[in-house]
Amino acid sequence: MGPATLMTTMNPTVAPMADEVGTYGDQLRVAAAVWHRELLRYRRTKTRILTGLVQPLLFLLVFGFGLNDLIGINGGFDFKKFMFPGVIGMSVVSTAIFSAISIVWDREFGFLREMLVAPVQRSAIVWGKIAGGATIATLQGCLMLALAPLIDIRLTVVAVVEVVAIAALMAVALTAFGVFVGSRLRRIEGFQIVMQVALLPMLFLAGLMFPLGNLPSWLTVLTRLDPLTYVIAPLRDVIFDAQHMPPAAIARFPAAITIFGHRLSNSTDLAVVSFFTVLFIVLAVRGFSRTE
Amino acid sequence: MGVMAREASPPRGRVTVRTAIEVSRLRKSYGDVVAVDDLSFSVAAGEVFALLGPNGAGKSTTINILCTLAGSTGGRATVAGFDVATQPHAIRRRIGLVFQQPTLDEQLTAQENLHLHAVMYHMPRRIRAQRIDHVLELVGLEDRRNDLVATFSGGMARRLEIARGMLHSPELLFLDEPTVGLDPQTRTLIWQELLAMRAAANLTVLFTTHHMHEAEIADRIAIIDHGRIAAIGTPGELKTSITADTITLRTRNDAAALDALQAAGYHATLGAAGILIETTNPDAEVGRAVEAIGGGVEFVQIHRCSLDDVFLHYTGRQIREPAAEAHSEIGRAWVRRR
Repeated sequence: MGPATLMTTMNPTVAPMADEVGTYGDQLRVAAAVWHRELLRYRRTKTRILTGLVQPLLFLLVFGFGLNDLIGINGGFDFKKFMFPGVIGMSVVSTAIFSAISIVWDREFGFLREMLVAPVQRSAIVWGKIAGGATIATLQGCLMLALAPLIDIRLTVVAVVEVVAIAALMAVALTAFGVFVGSRLRRIEGFQIVMQVALLPMLFLAGLMFPLGNLPSWLTVLTRLDPLTYVIAPLRDVIFDAQHMPPAAIARFPAAITIFGHRLSNSTDLAVVSFFTVLFIVLAVRGFSRTE
Repeated sequence: MGVMAREASPPRGRVTVRTAIEVSRLRKSYGDVVAVDDLSFSVAAGEVFALLGPNGAGKSTTINILCTLAGSTGGRATVAGFDVATQPHAIRRRIGLVFQQPTLDEQLTAQENLHLHAVMYHMPRRIRAQRIDHVLELVGLEDRRNDLVATFSGGMARRLEIARGMLHSPELLFLDEPTVGLDPQTRTLIWQELLAMRAAANLTVLFTTHHMHEAEIADRIAIIDHGRIAAIGTPGELKTSITADTITLRTRNDAAALDALQAAGYHATLGAAGILIETTNPDAEVGRAVEAIGGGVEFVQIHRCSLDDVFLHYTGRQIREPAAEAHSEIGRAWVRRR
């Protein structure tokens, strides 16, 4: 009551509240509105839906089918099936980053300004953006599940639920990462550079196309440093779980990753991913708050 | 509590002109470049106030500081009684903004853009729809509400932005070059709409412009040059503050005519264009001046002082006419959006 009294006495025209950003409910409504905007925009750009599908599909067809005979079949389990979880992951990653990068578009087309001058906390806008991008990325990733019959992947209800949950966590982490990068970029060209130097290597190092078991030590280190590794592994594990894999296939295509000979469980992997998710969200909120 | 309540209640029965904007010794520099240099002015509630100056004079910087988009590096400014440095959100709730560059989401419809704005400005749900209808009507876009903004012309988009700026019933409206790149008819239409809104809502309007004709709409004008105020006043005051209007005459014998005029008490000089008479009332004086010369007048021209003259007088140069440049800038922005 002290400071409020002082302020009211000093200047009668000023409301007792020092500043007005609205209630928590208001901030939540703002985040929801920003989320809704992302979905509306997504629905209206058919090209985005299409490109989000085409690229992973291309990987699955070209590499999956192309390398299939070379790698061979182990008890009915082949390379296409090995690649499938990674392709879902890839779809989530590219969609999430693409949605988040709409911040750079917003800046170029001026709409960012409209949001920045509104009497709202910047974090509300960031939460809305992350929720919107993550929703889209999760949807897009799960759309890939429709391809499962094409390559003879068996899906159980449990596997689908687990895939959706992991995809959602991954989508939040990557959208937050994208928002953070986007808040720092002035021009859309910068985003393409980030895609080239960071995103593609990260995807490849996560074991999208090869098992992470017997690699040269330098490559092993790099793959273990890649946050995406820890989300592709559980994704692969829950899908492989639904297949009837012969021991030979399990040996050839292990889902789990090892560090110093120690086999990481899914929950350890997801704990690592959760850590990065929180980190990226904090970075995104901070990066966006500084935007002028 | 009792003390607080007594002191907090505003004085009654006294007519006071409320100050909407108070700027005192405001300064903004980017490194060595000084964009705003010791700026002071105040705007009364309900006033239409223009910041007139060439591109790069510091108009946009000033407006950005006032609407809390940029910080200042010195001085103080209050908007609607709140300090721009410490109470940005309180100000943001009370102001509407129309920027120089378009800031609409062109992939949303007009209605969706307005709805998003309504939520961001914490408008209660029950009044949202009604206010959206109202502002769309104000700018005549009711029948385009469900069209994507991408299909709008530059003028329509600008009117939608003005409608959006008015949506949350602001006390003040800031417009940064509101009609840049628009054709004259659209410009006139927009100002008709703005002035009607101002009358209906007792709105304070602050806008920047480099158009003399546009500045003349304002109740008061501040001429800004090099980040400083060169002159401030009503359009009329500014015009009479510099030399009066002039009558130019050419006669068969200028020397004799000049003598006759001076004898009649006129402030007349002989220049390259002929005889120049300075007067405050050229319409009434022209006949008597011709009579005083007593024949042989071949040419008479009255020149009324315009804001261009005022600008030239206070800044020592003509305002640059950046219309073509501004056009292409907006044009680019719109082309990129396709």
